[in-house]
Amino acid sequence: MSGGRTLREQEGRAGLVLISPTLIITLVVVVVPLLWAIMLAFQDARLINIRRTGVFGNYTLENFSYVISEPGFWTSLINTLVYTVAGTALSIAIGLVAALALRDRFPGRTVIRASILIPYVAPVVAVAFLWETMLNPQYGIVNTWLDEPIAFLTQARGEFLGIQVPVALLTVIAFEAWRYFPFAFLFILARLQALPAELDEAAVVDGATPTQRFRYVIMPQLWRIIALLSVLRFVFTFTKFDDVYLLTGGGAGTEVVSVRVYNFLTARDDIGASAAQAIVLAVVLVVFLAVYLRFFSGGEREQR
Amino acid sequence: MSRDRIERRLLLVLKPMVIALLFLVTAFPFFYMVMLSVRDIQELILEPGSLWPSAFTFDTYVDVLTRQGFLTFIRNSAIIAVASVAVTLLISIPGAYAVARLRFFGRRQVHFLFLAVYLFPAIVLAIPLFVLFTMLGLRGSLIGLILVYIAQTVPVTVYMLRNYFETVPQSVEEAAAIDGCTRLSTIWRVVLPLSKPALMATGLYAFMIAWNEFLFALLFLVERRESWTVSLGLSQLAGSIEIPTTVLMAGSVVLTLPIVIIFFAGERLLTEGLTAGAEKG
Repeated sequence: MSGGRTLREQEGRAGLVLISPTLIITLVVVVVPLLWAIMLAFQDARLINIRRTGVFGNYTLENFSYVISEPGFWTSLINTLVYTVAGTALSIAIGLVAALALRDRFPGRTVIRASILIPYVAPVVAVAFLWETMLNPQYGIVNTWLDEPIAFLTQARGEFLGIQVPVALLTVIAFEAWRYFPFAFLFILARLQALPAELDEAAVVDGATPTQRFRYVIMPQLWRIIALLSVLRFVFTFTKFDDVYLLTGGGAGTEVVSVRVYNFLTARDDIGASAAQAIVLAVVLVVFLAVYLRFFSGGEREQR
Repeated sequence: MSRDRIERRLLLVLKPMVIALLFLVTAFPFFYMVMLSVRDIQELILEPGSLWPSAFTFDTYVDVLTRQGFLTFIRNSAIIAVASVAVTLLISIPGAYAVARLRFFGRRQVHFLFLAVYLFPAIVLAIPLFVLFTMLGLRGSLIGLILVYIAQTVPVTVYMLRNYFETVPQSVEEAAAIDGCTRLSTIWRVVLPLSKPALMATGLYAFMIAWNEFLFALLFLVERRESWTVSLGLSQLAGSIEIPTTVLMAGSVVLTLPIVIIFFAGERLLTEGLTAGAEKG
């Protein structure tokens, strides 16, 4: 690591040498495949003829027109959106409640806190199987508590208090909220515990009630972390595959786009169409993010 | 009674209820998991509502480990996880040091790249990697999977380590340099020994990702049963009618327990590393 004329040049060279393994592996396993995925989306690619497609292959828009004209795609996009928005909102709301409840010390807090974190830490395959078993119509424990067994994961529609509800989709959303509220809980609790105590104390002296303190003292200091969490959870949930695939396999009205991408890739062996749907999904995500960030940063400027 | 008094009273009642509910909702499913894994399937069919088995049995664990092949799956998962941790650390230590300490061309852009990789949807990457590994005949081999896991964890681990390296006083490093240490030996002898908690946290994170991951294991390994990871094995066997649910529950416990133990062994380190940015708000 010598040979440079100045110390500054040496430092620059050393930096590049040390960072290069990181860069190489992200380039080879993430950036290059991404470009290839985009190429595949514009080609008629199947595993049989894949060697004939190349950089200079025949580019076409056929995959996109084929994918978009299938009604199943739009249904799955709407499912994805409902699943993501509801899952994100619920997991953050429950995480906030949990963080507020566990903010102050009490005997047994460590145990409760540990218990809250387990759904997030445990492997998704194990918890999905656990839910499947608990909700099983024949021998699941949840159904033994009910008068009439409900097929939570295989029934597309059902009636609840006289209203038609998408049973399986709601169950998958509940799973999402249950599994990811610990994530929001961790971040919000960390922020809560870093808040200066003086503000809260001053509000008490001024005679603010607990809900007033929450509304006017605590919440304004939490908005930023909640906004960040919303973005993170939205991005992760929007393209999530494991949870829905493991719970329902995409059946009973829960098919999300990522499960469709997987089915086109493996069962239908239609790589081009699969890639086209993945690209559409990514583009929709980017558009949502752009709108959100614009809206959000605009709102922040007004607040100042 | 004033509004303040009413609210305080209400909270005094509500708070323990919320806490109890949260505990029930998170702990009960795992209690149920363990209880199902130590009973006979006949008992479950006859008495699905009972929580305490009338006779404890560990035959379910013997069955799942030997006959269903979970011992092999555990070996595969362990190989993948340990290799991922080792290589991730090997790559991210110099990378994080460079980002924390050295001024080089493109240092600012590197952050952007990492954030993009962190947020990047795995399902988009799955397609070209599936095609590539099929073409190279790497499907069914563990090496391809390890590579993917490393690429997915390195951006986060570089970020976690960098935060920690920045807290190591520069003067300590300068002292080492004056004593004749080269850059690499400074990292090895001074920075790393001071960063043990961060290294532990990073290793745990990489281990958890590799142990829990499902999508890429499914895409790359599903056709070769002897290469299955524990996660993949459980998901594939869960659909079969011949294997009793109680045996599969024993499999879930085998899959979950190591990760829960590891997490709580290093919990403080891990949550502090991951939420470090949150405190700045």
